[in-house]
Amino acid sequence: MARIPGSRRDRMKVDEKIEHPVRMLFRVIRYVLKKYKWLYLLALVCIAIAAVASLAGTLFQKVLIDDYIVPNIGAEKPDFIPLLRALSVLACIFAVGVVVSYVQQRVLAKISQGSLKVIRDDVFSHMEKLPLRYFDTHPHGSIMSVYTNDVDTLRQLISSSLPEILQTAVTVSITLVSMIAMSGWLTLVSIGMVIVSFFVTAHVGGGAGKYYVAQQQNLAGVNGYIEEMINGQKVVKVFNHEAESVKGFEEKNEKLRISARKANGIANILMPINGNLGHLSYVLVAVVGALLLTGGTAGLTLGTLVSFLGLNKSFSRPIRQLSAQINSIVLALAGAKRIFTMIDEEPEVDEGKVTLVRVETGEDGSLIETVERTGRWAWKQDEGDSFRLIPMQGDVRFNGVNFEYRDNHPILHDIDIYAYPGQKIAFVGSTGAGKTTITNLINRFYDIKEGEILYDGIDIKTIKKDDLRHSLGIVLQETNLFTGTVMDNIRYGRLDATDEECIRAAKLANADSFICRLPDGYNTMLKNDGANLSQGQRQLLAISRAAVADPPVLILDEATSSVDTRTELLVQQGMNSIMQGRTTFVIAHRLSTVKDSDCIMVLEHGRIIERGSHEELLAKQGTYYSLYSNNFSED
Amino acid sequence: MTKSALLIYNSAERQRDMIKTLLGQVKQYKKSAILTPVFAVLEVLMETLIPYMAALLIDEGIEVGLAYGSMDAIIKYGVIMLGMAFLSLTFAITAGRLAASASTGFAANLRSAMFRKIQTYSFANIDRFSTGGLITRLTTDVTNIQQAFQMSTRMAVRAPVTLIFSLIMCFVINRRISLIFLGAIVFLGMILVFVVKKVSKIFAEVFIKYDELNTGVQENISAIRVVKAYVREPFETEKFQKASGLLYKVSMKAEKIMALIPPGMMLVVYALTILVSWFAARFIMGGEMTTGELTSLFSYIMSVMMSLMMLLGVFAMLVMSLASGKRIVEVLQEEPAVKEPENPVIEVKSGDIVFENVSFSYRAGDGGRTLSDIDLQIKSGETIGIIGGTGSGKSSLVNLISRLYDVDEGCVKVGGVDVRGYELSVLRDSVSVVLQKNVLFSGTVLENLRWGREDATEEECRRACLAAAADEFICKMPDGYNSRIEQGGSNVSGGQRQRLCIARALLKSPKILVLDDSTSAVDTATDAKIRRAMREYIPGTTKLIIAQRISSVKDADRIIVMDDGRVNAFDTHENLLKTNEIYREIYETQMSMGGDFDQPAAGREA
Repeated sequence: MARIPGSRRDRMKVDEKIEHPVRMLFRVIRYVLKKYKWLYLLALVCIAIAAVASLAGTLFQKVLIDDYIVPNIGAEKPDFIPLLRALSVLACIFAVGVVVSYVQQRVLAKISQGSLKVIRDDVFSHMEKLPLRYFDTHPHGSIMSVYTNDVDTLRQLISSSLPEILQTAVTVSITLVSMIAMSGWLTLVSIGMVIVSFFVTAHVGGGAGKYYVAQQQNLAGVNGYIEEMINGQKVVKVFNHEAESVKGFEEKNEKLRISARKANGIANILMPINGNLGHLSYVLVAVVGALLLTGGTAGLTLGTLVSFLGLNKSFSRPIRQLSAQINSIVLALAGAKRIFTMIDEEPEVDEGKVTLVRVETGEDGSLIETVERTGRWAWKQDEGDSFRLIPMQGDVRFNGVNFEYRDNHPILHDIDIYAYPGQKIAFVGSTGAGKTTITNLINRFYDIKEGEILYDGIDIKTIKKDDLRHSLGIVLQETNLFTGTVMDNIRYGRLDATDEECIRAAKLANADSFICRLPDGYNTMLKNDGANLSQGQRQLLAISRAAVADPPVLILDEATSSVDTRTELLVQQGMNSIMQGRTTFVIAHRLSTVKDSDCIMVLEHGRIIERGSHEELLAKQGTYYSLYSNNFSED
Repeated sequence: MTKSALLIYNSAERQRDMIKTLLGQVKQYKKSAILTPVFAVLEVLMETLIPYMAALLIDEGIEVGLAYGSMDAIIKYGVIMLGMAFLSLTFAITAGRLAASASTGFAANLRSAMFRKIQTYSFANIDRFSTGGLITRLTTDVTNIQQAFQMSTRMAVRAPVTLIFSLIMCFVINRRISLIFLGAIVFLGMILVFVVKKVSKIFAEVFIKYDELNTGVQENISAIRVVKAYVREPFETEKFQKASGLLYKVSMKAEKIMALIPPGMMLVVYALTILVSWFAARFIMGGEMTTGELTSLFSYIMSVMMSLMMLLGVFAMLVMSLASGKRIVEVLQEEPAVKEPENPVIEVKSGDIVFENVSFSYRAGDGGRTLSDIDLQIKSGETIGIIGGTGSGKSSLVNLISRLYDVDEGCVKVGGVDVRGYELSVLRDSVSVVLQKNVLFSGTVLENLRWGREDATEEECRRACLAAAADEFICKMPDGYNSRIEQGGSNVSGGQRQRLCIARALLKSPKILVLDDSTSAVDTATDAKIRRAMREYIPGTTKLIIAQRISSVKDADRIIVMDDGRVNAFDTHENLLKTNEIYREIYETQMSMGGDFDQPAAGREA
């Protein structure tokens, strides 16, 4: 498999800083709004109404005291009717508040869960479109963590922080208006205390930031260590290395504990500090209010002051709570950044127009496009107002191809290859000579830098990628199986294959016998990448998968390297029968796999140094010959 | 007991057991963990008293002050309130600090306990858990538990205590009104219990769906070449969308019920407000209550609501962490399949190996025998080749020797003693295995080699590398033996990795050396060189060599031919050629078609 040295590590550095948190926040909001504009508006309205209802409760305290209680104190026969009426009105307002709050909850749940689904789906479908280079240059663990960690922190942001920000904004502004209406002076006191709160939070919270970064770094360290050690756990066992492994772990674990304790410790005291500043604010307002009352100049009543004390609470509490959440919001935004970075990755471009179609021969001998499974294909080329059908034969040519994965690190030099339809072409050479790279270029996992690759005379850059890949079957050395039954995994080659077709393919690949010995045969569930199967068995399944796809051109990249030679021979015979008349590319380090090829290319350091059939190359007495004789020289 | 009742009982039992196991890891942080709620309660006490002081401030300060123009009472109660606020702050900070220390310490203990437990796992245990799964359990799951623990020690006590204190204060202010409070709280409690019961079941479902979704992503990332080669992007996207749709559906099911809670609480609080207003108005007019007391009552209504909100947050956290807790406990309670014997033998006398009537299966008892009726006698110092088809049981056979797995029936003896009688570390020090799927660790070449023997000198390491034909390419690396190996050995080629692993195994100076297809990525010439060197480097060691190539085993003293989990033949190369059909067939296919093809000195690619 193509390794691009260096690049993985470079990207692994923890990058927690966000340059524009507010811009990122707005992007998240825009994202949510895209699909749920009207629902969000509805939620907003609900929040406003609920806030008003809740405010009505606080304001009522003033009315209750000033209008209904104080005038009636000491009255012989107090009149309860007005109070009853007022309470009924309040009850109606409250009822609306409760109903609206329920609607708000439901709407917000739908928005947050729905947005999460949209984000997950978007991230995934975008990921599927990314070029192979992305996967080769990013550690798989960090791609995975976008789904497991980042989407999860974003969920908290969307489902709790965002609505809370909204709610705070609405509550605070409505409250502020009523506070100003009641008493300007007292409002100033309140605002002053909130500002103090802000400063304290910024000061204390800022100190926490440093520890949070340390915590994240240590966490990454522990995760990395665990990943490496658990992956090598069997080796640890074999070498009795358990104690050392634990020792290394404890060191990192302790570091994490200390930084986590500091970060959490600061976060934990932020809330009580702000809470008690709230109490201070209460006392101050009471004192100032009392002064104003005794002065009698500000037009303040006892009821107003009592109400204001309530308002003061509803004014400062949400702000305080929100500021206590700042850390988690920042963390979520860091996650959002990673999500959007992935969504912003350039997808694989496909400017190809030539498509692959099934054809049959018409009465006049010309090709006609058809939907029947004729077993014959043609390239359909758009020529302005008409189409041209070029029969698909499997003629592949490389003309002067140069390629590099990274700038100035050329991998292939000036490669010329001619594969005529039906030929078996083999690539041999040491690891790193560029064998796999060539196959990566044929199916355009990577694009060439210079030169051209022609497929039946058509430049592959003009062929639609999907169709190009449909025309090529690939079996890789490293086999990947999917959660599902054995049958599902074989059917992956062609989704509409019947059970019979899958079984026939398995028989061709010589996989049938071991599959039948599995507990549930073809219906055996494979989990964990088929963990219970041996390397060789997995390869046989991969070959079955390719066989059921029945492709015009087949690429076998060390496809039988873990299969024993006897089984390999049987597999080869099976494959030869289906690949009759079709082009096959083979990469192998076993001579048995390549010997009967029409043409063998010997690669060294990205160049083809020899080419020819087995006999021709032996006759040449060159590199191939010396390698061949080397195999037998020792005995 | 009905069946379903039994089920609930069992799961409650299991949950209790789980929580007990988890809390067992609090250990040295027990003091902090217990003191946290104590300080949290003290903090709540202060917080509850503050509105009462506020009531006095209004009644005696403002109302009276209004009449007599005196600020004394306002200042007096203001100072008391500030003093209480200061105390409350002190308690809160203490509680916060203690909670941070206890929860992070608890998390560190959990990670450590799990990691240590995993070290005791045998191969069978490791097979049961996926690597990815274990990593998530050690990281994400522990973080969840840490947060839940912190929440419960700090917040979970706050909420009920606030409720109780508010109720008491209410009782002090006015008994009759406190009855309304009591009714409201009981009603709220009923709503909560109802929701908890309904939702926790759904949450379990949510987690299953979530896991499935992530498994799908994981598979797609690692199999991206297959996906792209077969143009299955739309298929996979559709599959993913179906899974995320299911997740959405169950999550919404939970959310629908959860959505009842805030309006439910509002309902109660509003009802309280109206009832309190009504009765309070009458009481005040009747002179039984003051306006100040009324404001503090409203204040208590607020704190009741706030504490309930908090309780809700804690509850959501706990439900989510329940699944994490379960996954952690699974790791902690897993019984190692291979156990240390009571009175272990601490010396391996020789490299003799005997298999007596051995049968083995990976999942005991499901009928799928991997090995059956194995009888073998191997003498110390012999070189044994093992050959056979894919899935014939070669690796399983050698894995039994160092007790990587235990036999189902029969026994395996090393040096005349049943392997189950040895102390594990002793046995494994004497039996060196180079696994088929081998890994290197991040660190220098030397550090990796010294896994074999910690105190090996550089010279000894070099000698081992010479024998494993690794010296040449190591010397060509930029820093020679001090060159860094990346995680998993990703910066060396497959062949180089295999040779380093062989060298590492040689450093143990084992009595028995097992090479499980360890030279498959090494070219034939180098392979031959390694085998020759081995004969000189460790002549007295019993060597078992599993290989695909006949050339790798043909000069062994004897060769085992495995077929379908049984020993088909065990003899010399010459005899096998004459008598064994399978062996002859393998030999002929390989000889007629040539052996392997690779660059002779793969070292040059470094």
